[in-house]
Amino acid sequence: MSTTIATPTPGRRFARKTSRSGVTLPLIAPAVVILLIWSIVPLVMTLWYSFQHYNLVDPTQTGFAGFDNYQYLLTDPDFWSSLINTLILVGGVLLITVCGGTLLAVLYDQDFFGRGVARLLVIAPFFVMPTVSALVWKNLMLHPIYGVVSSLLRGVGITPVDWFSQVPLLTVVGIVSWEWLPFAVLILLTAVQSLDHEQREAARMDGAGAIASFFYITLPHLRRAIGVVVMIEMIFLLTIFAEIIVTTSGGPGVATTNLAFLIYARALLQFDVGGGSAGGVIAIILANIVAFFLVRSFARNLEV
Amino acid sequence: MRLSACTFAVLLGGSSLSAFPAAARADTTLTIATVNNGDMVVMQKLSPEFERTHPGIHLNWVVLEENVLRQRVTTDIATRAGQFDIMTIGNYEVPIWSKQNWLHPITPAAGYDADDLIKPVRQGLTYKGKLYALPFYAESAMTYYRTDLFKHAGLTMPAAPTYQQIREFADKINDPSHQIYGMCLRGKPGWGENIAYFTSLLNTFGGQWFDMTWHPMLDSKPWHAAVNYYDGILKADGPPGATSNGFNENLALFASGHCGMWIDSTVASGLLYDKKQSQVSDTVGFAPIPKGPYGRGPTWLWSWNLAIPASSKQIDAAESFVTWATSKEYIALVAKQNGWVAVPPGTRASTYANPEYQKAAPFASFVEKAIETADPNGQTAGPRPYRGAQFVDIPQFQAIGTQVGQTLAGTLSGQQSVDLALHAAQASTTRTMRQSGYLK
Amino acid sequence: MRPSIAKKIAIALLGWGIAIVMFFPIFWMFITGFKSEVDAVSTPPHLFFHPTLQSYAEVQSRANYWLFAMNSVIISVGGTVLALLLAIPAAYVMAFFPTHRTRGTLLWMLSTKMLPPVGVLIPIYLILRATGLLDTRTGLVLIYMLMNLPIVVWMLFTFFKEVPREILEAGRMDGAGRMGELRHVLMPLSLPGIASTGLLSLILCWNEAFWSLNLTSSRAAPLTAFIASFSSPEGLFFAKLSAASTLAVAPILIFGWLSQRQLVRGLTFGAVK
Repeated sequence: MSTTIATPTPGRRFARKTSRSGVTLPLIAPAVVILLIWSIVPLVMTLWYSFQHYNLVDPTQTGFAGFDNYQYLLTDPDFWSSLINTLILVGGVLLITVCGGTLLAVLYDQDFFGRGVARLLVIAPFFVMPTVSALVWKNLMLHPIYGVVSSLLRGVGITPVDWFSQVPLLTVVGIVSWEWLPFAVLILLTAVQSLDHEQREAARMDGAGAIASFFYITLPHLRRAIGVVVMIEMIFLLTIFAEIIVTTSGGPGVATTNLAFLIYARALLQFDVGGGSAGGVIAIILANIVAFFLVRSFARNLEV
Repeated sequence: MRLSACTFAVLLGGSSLSAFPAAARADTTLTIATVNNGDMVVMQKLSPEFERTHPGIHLNWVVLEENVLRQRVTTDIATRAGQFDIMTIGNYEVPIWSKQNWLHPITPAAGYDADDLIKPVRQGLTYKGKLYALPFYAESAMTYYRTDLFKHAGLTMPAAPTYQQIREFADKINDPSHQIYGMCLRGKPGWGENIAYFTSLLNTFGGQWFDMTWHPMLDSKPWHAAVNYYDGILKADGPPGATSNGFNENLALFASGHCGMWIDSTVASGLLYDKKQSQVSDTVGFAPIPKGPYGRGPTWLWSWNLAIPASSKQIDAAESFVTWATSKEYIALVAKQNGWVAVPPGTRASTYANPEYQKAAPFASFVEKAIETADPNGQTAGPRPYRGAQFVDIPQFQAIGTQVGQTLAGTLSGQQSVDLALHAAQASTTRTMRQSGYLK
Repeated sequence: MRPSIAKKIAIALLGWGIAIVMFFPIFWMFITGFKSEVDAVSTPPHLFFHPTLQSYAEVQSRANYWLFAMNSVIISVGGTVLALLLAIPAAYVMAFFPTHRTRGTLLWMLSTKMLPPVGVLIPIYLILRATGLLDTRTGLVLIYMLMNLPIVVWMLFTFFKEVPREILEAGRMDGAGRMGELRHVLMPLSLPGIASTGLLSLILCWNEAFWSLNLTSSRAAPLTAFIASFSSPEGLFFAKLSAASTLAVAPILIFGWLSQRQLVRGLTFGAVK
């Protein structure tokens, strides 16, 4: 796709490149074409529906809606709070997983008894389905009566916190961080291990303390790995959904409604396909804005 | 690339071949979507009996939790995708869907004895004189309480309690240090969860959802009174985490001895009296649903029903299963396998006339009366353009109810004051009603 | 300079302490699956109890685990293999024959991942209905392939870029065509990268719960649908829920643990170096 236009350029080096590009088309085309279809066909349908009155459970509503669906969505106070919640959710989880992941990566880089097993335990949450994690945290861990955490709190004489109604968004951030921290550890640990031991020894010889060497040697070395973590996590965190519907269904009130959940509420609770589609279109626009900034600030991996 | 092309073909071919195992058979396979409630799980377990007596019909079960089920079947039926031959739906959906011609009308044979179906339940499933679904179980609402706790506190439950009395009782028996909470009520947001209970509370407090011109009435006085009562009793005497408790969670709480009182569906009685599922089977007492200042109002009626989508290609076979699973014979089969206390309640007069059921289920006549006299079309304090006791029978209610349910949960968790919350809920409901064309 | 014994012990304690805290919810879920329903809700929770297989039996009697697990395996593997097949050539071209549009293409691919799936559910549902792919494994395989393609392309791209151009050039001198170059030079060189990309995609497919719930009913339903029938039923359900969850999570967890080394090796090779 990107190689279709081969501008003839003078000079041997460029000429060779051009001639090469011609043959690369069949290789890249399948993926790009399929992805194009995948994103364009539903996109066009979504665009189309977003200008229609279309409610699954009320077929009497039909016809062209103009910008009604958009106006309805953008003037909804819940829409703006859902944007803020999305931001807090993504930012909070990124902060916890990147900071925690870096520290844990350094910790598990140290040699200690049973390190291999301890590492396996730490990365385990990443393999657990989001639905299951949410169910386990909600019912077995944080339940204000039967939950293990509540029992521990009661054991030390504290009234158990009712997590999902007192600090709902924070609790969701916590659960999602639990799922993604292992991913950050996995990647950052790999990066820490690839750090030259000689380099670190040299730093130590120069009299740099552990903290100084962390900030001046380890952290710069991890920059690129952190970029990868942020990028991959961001992609998934923007569309967090399972954890929310299982634990709080977006509430209480709209305390944990993010954009993905808001669209869900429109499309599958209200069965308002028009409104849901308008939400989808707005999400696509926002996603592209985010992707743009993301790449500008982090993804040196994308440089070509 | 040759290798990969082969793999590709094999993979696609392989998976699409295996995707239609049933197509090769001459037999009929029915796909049944149902909710994961106890009574339906029993139906699934007993269904081999149906397959035995109906050779050539195979059953394929899709058991899902309520919310997922509802979203699956609604998407399916509204797009006429035809993935299901039998759907488990509520009496909220039946009239709305039959009006759209989405359901296949059912005319049961004489032996089925449709007149045996309890009247309000049958009426709820009838549209223009035809039955569009058959009831699997039906419920009204009642008050459960712990006789031991009441005795200990020197209280007696009156024959017709008022909400004012209930509040006093709850305050007295509340004992959080032993994790016994005076009152458990639905707090989980959702039109079928906290809003179902709350709407019935609202009715008896003299409130209603809409006036005759479909203007929402959420900022009216009765709404304030009802929300204040609801928040007040749950904040003072409710279990922690009330905003995540729906019917199932409260049932678990009551059955494990954490609730002093609970106002909810009559269907819980069979489960609370069942020694296998309840630790309080000896000490559970029951009373009618309490009355508020208005006193009258429509009364709770819900049924889970089996319906056949018009898009099903195996209507005859589906009909034979639906009539089997809601028949007297099926009820007798459950009784034989699991005991009379476990039969699906609320649907048939013959169940309640059965002396064995009366013996096994001391609550039987009480529940029967509650369902027989249930009047979902009863008079609210002001005239209303809609029907339903714990819901409003318009398609938009799922969305409105769930959103207001969230707002209610927001006031309960203390995130918003009642005034602000009701003001916001009024605004959002007005928006939805305007968007869907009820208001100009 | 050797760290003192005390420091070593402190590190070990910290390392193990954090590991145990992180793993505890999974451990507790596993344990609860062997409790009776009444034990599962006792307060305070019992650490010692009479283990029973009752919940597992109950779960299995209600839904045939093996069918769901089988679907999960087929769909995850199918989606992953298909995504790799499409992505490898594409990433190869992007890494070695970049143009001014490559960056834009990659970006756009990634942005398609940031759209909440529910926004396009109805269009996709209608398309699958029209093509008869609802509730088929083929349908889900295609959806999963599409879902993971952007990430897979991007990861492979970063891996491929690490391969020195000179090696490929040398291969070409020997007369290998472009396909030959890809198959005989690049793929063996970046096998660890490809493996870890595949593993990641497999894990993501296995755990995906939105499409699988909404596009399947019975024949193609994977383990996420299995969980949905135990997640919030009537009465006491913690033990059954735990048993079902353990069954759904165990295969991928064990698989993840076993392949952890490959996962890490690939990552070292490419993206994070």
